[in-house]
Amino acid sequence: MNFFDFYRQDRWPHMFCPGCGIGTVMNAFFHAFVESGLDQNKTVFVAGIGCSGRIPGYIRADSLHTTHGRPIAFAGGIKVADPDLKVVVFSGDGDLGAIGGNHFINACRRNVELTVICINNYIYGMTGGQASTTTPRDFFSSTTPYGNREYPFDLSEVAVAAGANYVARWTTFHVKQMKKAMQKALLKDGFSFVEIASQCPAQFGRYNQMNSARQVFEWLKASAVPRSKASKLSADHLDLNLMGKITVGEFVERNRESYMKALGVLQ
Amino acid sequence: MSKLEPGTYFMQGDEASVEGAIHAGCKFFAGYPITPATEIAERMARRLRQAGGVFLQLEDEITAIAAIIGASWTGTKAMTATSGPGFSLMQENLGYACMTETPIVIVDVQRSGPSTGQPTRAAQGDVMQARWGSHGDYEVIALAPNSVQEMFDLTITAFNLSERYRVPAIVLSDADIGHMRGTFVIPEKVEIVDRKYHTKPVSYNAFAYDENLVPNFPKFGQGHRVHITGLTHDISGYPKTTDAKVHEALVTRLVNKIRLHREDICRAEVINPHADSLVVAYGSPSNSVYEVVNERADVGLFRPITLWPFPEEQLRECAAHARRILVLEMNMGQIYWEVERIARKSPCEKIELLTRLGGDVHTPEEILEKLA
Ligand SMILES: Cc1ncc(C[n+]2csc(CCOP(=O)(O)OP(=O)(O)O)c2C)c(N)n1
Repeated sequence: MNFFDFYRQDRWPHMFCPGCGIGTVMNAFFHAFVESGLDQNKTVFVAGIGCSGRIPGYIRADSLHTTHGRPIAFAGGIKVADPDLKVVVFSGDGDLGAIGGNHFINACRRNVELTVICINNYIYGMTGGQASTTTPRDFFSSTTPYGNREYPFDLSEVAVAAGANYVARWTTFHVKQMKKAMQKALLKDGFSFVEIASQCPAQFGRYNQMNSARQVFEWLKASAVPRSKASKLSADHLDLNLMGKITVGEFVERNRESYMKALGVLQ
Repeated sequence: MSKLEPGTYFMQGDEASVEGAIHAGCKFFAGYPITPATEIAERMARRLRQAGGVFLQLEDEITAIAAIIGASWTGTKAMTATSGPGFSLMQENLGYACMTETPIVIVDVQRSGPSTGQPTRAAQGDVMQARWGSHGDYEVIALAPNSVQEMFDLTITAFNLSERYRVPAIVLSDADIGHMRGTFVIPEKVEIVDRKYHTKPVSYNAFAYDENLVPNFPKFGQGHRVHITGLTHDISGYPKTTDAKVHEALVTRLVNKIRLHREDICRAEVINPHADSLVVAYGSPSNSVYEVVNERADVGLFRPITLWPFPEEQLRECAAHARRILVLEMNMGQIYWEVERIARKSPCEKIELLTRLGGDVHTPEEILEKLA
């Protein structure tokens, strides 16, 4: 399958800004999907509202572009009502960690058979650069003009604590690892979560003295620390991505009984 | 035991609604407990499995309505049940279901509000919320049962209309009707409507429609590869967020597909249509009117069974003969304004509202006194 058998060429050019990390994620996802051997006609892509929420609209498959924060809630209904479908969610850090946080933790807890890809750009991209639940401390945004005073969420650690079967985080620098994680996630039974730390030059970069996509990308690369090493650093790191560091790697891979098996919907 | 056999049954209104849903072919229920609708979830939890469906208790009502919309896109008939506070939480996604033309059924067993109000007391405060609660322009269908029998019947009707018009249908019940125990009859023959599906892959122009204004449904997993969005879209299904004409055409069609089919959708019960005094009542308070009209031939009852769209033509006909109209509501006046608007042009001298708040219904004596 070539790229444009998977993505809708007729909808090109897409609406993402130059230098946005979403392109890298879409490319890696394409390869992961093809190699997973899943059937495009039997896969549904679901998204909320935000830049990342626009990805399913470019995929040549059934797709549901829902309301802000709610894609996991819609996706769960699709999956349980028709277990033959593979259901994949694309979400942003605001979509998933703020307005949709409750759906996220409860879907992890239930271990619903979904693959969720979160593009974490540490900011609200679509609405023009407001702070998000993952904006690092002391970073700037249009709503934190004096620097962000809140502690951010570590979405992947939350997913582990809440019970997901597979959790991995990589940055847009780690394309090979990202693809492999996506592929594993797609084939994993139960809730699988891949978080991609991604550059948003147009908003996150602009507010944080990183004036090009490359500079944000370099920041991501320099901030990435393997989770195995991070655990030896100060206990503070769990507050968030190490106060400016981003732990990467596979966070968990386990086989808790998945939701529909537990419910008896699936054997 | 999937659906109940034809016959006479004795149960609560909430429970009869569950049996109606199962009769209509409901295979998916998602909800969150709330008085006085909890009995619906509880019976669904037990009965849906027997009927080959799935029951989910989810983290809140936002999730519940999202899940039934998702389920509906797999071609599954799906329902949720709630009361005022939960219904408020559902409003954004209710609008989403309108915009994406997703058949779903919501049973709202109304209680006193605003806010947590009086959880166990009946009210009719959600009538306008059902009509206008989500943002933007749209039309939904809302039905108001006044008996255990109608909890069964109108739940089926809600499914049928929702399927036919690809629109959310709301059963707007109240705590008295939901908790009322009584007999109801399941007839030999019950009409069941299923949405019209696209049979061949559509990929493009999945929202193309004919003079009926209702597009066929491209359920997921059939190779249609459709894109469904709550953004303004043209018949291709793709977003068109800056074109005024596309938006106007879409919203006009969403509204007109209901308005043009009012004759099929609107139901009303009328007793003594040519009476001097006409009482307009729906849900719980309407039960007090039967006693009045039985004794007084000069008093009539107009009971809208369909609240939205409002049975305007039917009311206008009755209003043409009435000298006065009395509207009974368990709120501070919601349907009253609809009646006032419709009857204003009739020769009728007085259009009055008799309000009851806090769960008490109007007694026949109070009605007669008001009419004296
Ligand atoms: C209920 C609701 N509240 C707010 C918005 C406005 N809104 C749209 S996208 C968005 C945040 C987007 O940020 P994120 O989820 O991180 O995605 P990104 O655009 O960065 O990919 C917000 C607040 C909305 N559409 N709906």
